[in-house]
Amino acid sequence: MSNDIKMLHTVNKSPFERNSLESCLRLAKDGSAVLLIEDAVYGALLNTSVSDQVAARTGNLRVCVLGADLNARGLADKPLIDGVEIVDYGGFVDLACEHDTVQSWL
Amino acid sequence: MKFGILVNEGPFTHQASDSAYLFAKAAIAKGHEVTRVFFYHDAVNNSNKHSAPQSDDRNLVKLWSELGTEHGVDLVVCVAAALRRGITDDLLAEGFNISGLGQLIEVGIEADRLVTFGD
Amino acid sequence: MADDYDDDDDGPEVVKRFMFVNRKAPYGSIYALESLEVVLISAAFDQDVSVVFMDDGVFQIKKGHDTDGINMKNFSKTYRALDGYDVEKLYVEAESLAARGLTEEDLIVDVEVLSSSALSDLMNSQDVVISA
Repeated sequence: MSNDIKMLHTVNKSPFERNSLESCLRLAKDGSAVLLIEDAVYGALLNTSVSDQVAARTGNLRVCVLGADLNARGLADKPLIDGVEIVDYGGFVDLACEHDTVQSWL
Repeated sequence: MKFGILVNEGPFTHQASDSAYLFAKAAIAKGHEVTRVFFYHDAVNNSNKHSAPQSDDRNLVKLWSELGTEHGVDLVVCVAAALRRGITDDLLAEGFNISGLGQLIEVGIEADRLVTFGD
Repeated sequence: MADDYDDDDDGPEVVKRFMFVNRKAPYGSIYALESLEVVLISAAFDQDVSVVFMDDGVFQIKKGHDTDGINMKNFSKTYRALDGYDVEKLYVEAESLAARGLTEEDLIVDVEVLSSSALSDLMNSQDVVISA
């Protein structure tokens, strides 16, 4: 099986309501990137009931969050899980370019 | 790089259409090509020229039309999904066209990346 | 529309690996039905197609759907017809099945049950992943 392919996973659901982030983290291979957008940005926050789940993978996944969606939800003043990077839409485009396929966990 | 975009939600119930639009704009701004945006499921409502949001709201139908005409993005509305929802040719805003699901598979084959936005 | 790709008996010019990932339960929303329509169309393009059922998507292929009482079309038999369209690679994630109290016996089609990690490998070998 070819493992040369690098994946970008996007998640857009709040982890407090849906299992999209959990499923994404279960299936995402080490070396992949995960980008949290829309209501999934809540999954980037520190000190929540799902922080540990995300933090457990920040060492082997590149975890990013869309800044515009954080700001829209009043989260700019909240600390994020260590290792989570904030990107803008241009950064989203770059992530899509740097990875071979994009899977959206809707 | 050539991008294809799949949108699965209408412009008012979910954020997906806005995210897709902002992604498409950012990709074009970076010098990439967005060859086609395929509107499926309730996303067919993005094409309805009679959509009239309040004046302080963004008009996504218009924004898509501008993106399509200014940057040559093929805006394809799925025929099967559109007919179910009463979207017909005479309702389409400028730049949109109705075609088959094959156009989605085709852009998946031809584009370097297919990015999905939905719910 | 498929003419560019299958007009020649030597096979298509481009064959990509397409994976369709079904994660939503049927009937409560339209995604299962409309996603199945995409899979059927993809067959006309002679691509290398895999279909995955995971999370609530495994409920799409539960045996014995009877929609008489809910005014909706029962499309579950269409999954059985996929074989006739040469869509033969159907996969189910073992963890999703177990979490929902189901076994392979409950499913309307023959599938290959994969662990999360095997499914992850398979997903990472695709060119295009389309999910609903």
